[in-house]
Amino acid sequence: MSYPEPVTPALVPAAPSRVRIQDGAQAGILPTPPSAAPEAVFEANAVSVFYGAKKALAGVSMRIARGQITALIGPSGCGKTTFLRSLNRMNDSVPGFRIEGQILYHGHDIYGRNVDHVEVRRRIGMVFQKPNPFPKSIYDNIAWAPRNLGLRHGLDERVEEALRGAALWDEVKDRLKDSALGLSGGQQQRLCIARAIAIEPDVLLLDEPASALDPIATASIEDLMHSLKGRFTIVIVTHNMQQAARVADRTAFFSLEAGGAEPSGTLVEFAATETIFGEPRDPRTRDYVTGRFG
Amino acid sequence: MSVVAFDPTAPLTPSGNLRRRQIFSRLAESGATLAAVVAVAVLGIVIYSVAVHGASALSLDFLTKGAPIGIGPAILGTALIVLVATAIAMPIGVLVALYLSEFAGRRATTQIRLTLDLLNGLPSIIIGLFIFKMLVDHRQQSGFAAAVALAIIELPMIARGSQEVLLLVPGSMREAADALGVSRWRTVLKVILPSALGGIVTATVLAIARAAGETAPLILVCSVFDARHFSGNIGEAIPNIPVMIFELSEEANPEGFARAWGAGLVLVAFILVTSLGARAMHARSKRKMSS
Repeated sequence: MSYPEPVTPALVPAAPSRVRIQDGAQAGILPTPPSAAPEAVFEANAVSVFYGAKKALAGVSMRIARGQITALIGPSGCGKTTFLRSLNRMNDSVPGFRIEGQILYHGHDIYGRNVDHVEVRRRIGMVFQKPNPFPKSIYDNIAWAPRNLGLRHGLDERVEEALRGAALWDEVKDRLKDSALGLSGGQQQRLCIARAIAIEPDVLLLDEPASALDPIATASIEDLMHSLKGRFTIVIVTHNMQQAARVADRTAFFSLEAGGAEPSGTLVEFAATETIFGEPRDPRTRDYVTGRFG
Repeated sequence: MSVVAFDPTAPLTPSGNLRRRQIFSRLAESGATLAAVVAVAVLGIVIYSVAVHGASALSLDFLTKGAPIGIGPAILGTALIVLVATAIAMPIGVLVALYLSEFAGRRATTQIRLTLDLLNGLPSIIIGLFIFKMLVDHRQQSGFAAAVALAIIELPMIARGSQEVLLLVPGSMREAADALGVSRWRTVLKVILPSALGGIVTATVLAIARAAGETAPLILVCSVFDARHFSGNIGEAIPNIPVMIFELSEEANPEGFARAWGAGLVLVAFILVTSLGARAMHARSKRKMSS
């Protein structure tokens, strides 16, 4: 398969959108890129991941489109989080981690020579399963990374914009100097998202961002994803199939497949979300999404 | 169905071997309690006797004047030596701890930790001999040599103590910082070290308390008889409390012995205050980290 050459010049991140989103209520007003082969942000070619001798992920090839929300679903241990963390080299620090195949980001090999993993993560941000704010003030949580990256100009505006983008501004604007650890779980997670978008990355990777949250906080995170769509390319891992159905443009189903001595995770089917949940082509996908398995 | 071995309707008083098991249980409990009481009592008796014998020697003159009246120069000398020792040991110790917790692989970590523990267990007289050979032999005794010897004693304590608190900084903090495209050293400086600062200071203060009372290396490399003045020059031997206590207690004169107790009281008071202060600081920083 071949895809059109990406338009983005070498290693320069895309200019951030100036659209300021007030809250999740306006979700969906941003234009969705046409589904006819939008520009690819990631192209994974036969990616296999090993932790020591264990093969965690086998032969995944997929193309993640710009500006869309892509959901990765599947049972525990199917390698979806491993794949997600491979997209911004968060697995580098895992002992025994090894990757085969190729992950291209705007045409550049993420694991290529001369590629700096810090630079990779500066463009591809990540939000984790458990909210992990720094033990600093709300303001400093957001402002820390921009300061370190030399984006000191207009820091107050940047913090406000990030908090508004994460639909948190109205709740915290009067206590920006308070510790972030005093926020509720849902607020902390939105703070982590605000922290990630404050450095205006190109891509946001979300690793089960709502799994530690109650249903109301989960709903606000989902609204937030809708409002961030278009501005960022979003890849989300989720255990919650309804969540994938609600937020994602395209959905990838991963599964644990017997192959070799131990089973390893692999990509079973990747299609538009309606297809995956409506008329999946693979029987394994159908079994999973209809709840007969997993 | 198995047969029930007891009468379920009997009163709920001990039956079978329960009485014997209870006696053993009480014996074990009282043995452990007694051991704990003995440990506390030893500390109590030592501090009590130092206080009783030393209190009579204490006076303003004793604390501020030089020999033969007081130990003023020795107090200043010990303060200076420990200060210089800590200035040497703390940066190195914290860097070692950071290397272990943030950068080293698992093999290197195990080996360096073992090395630090061995260094910690090294008899201080051996460190004294080593420093004597390196810095004093063919030259002269000096406060600097004493400071280097104490720095070697402090180093493993600071490094191991700091490493323990660095390990308490949650891995999610490192991940969070990594995912923001910030380099590791920046993360260490701005997120990890501030979170662990309380514990690092605690480890350092405990090391200071230990080093302040070390006597063996100081007798070899920095002993002053007849400590009348404090020059403040660490290029030469300067008076200090441990050596002072050693010398006073060797004197035939009973008055000297009383002054040794007095100096001992000053030293013990310093160590107690710093240790308790370190504990309080540690508790505060732990509260801060968990809140």
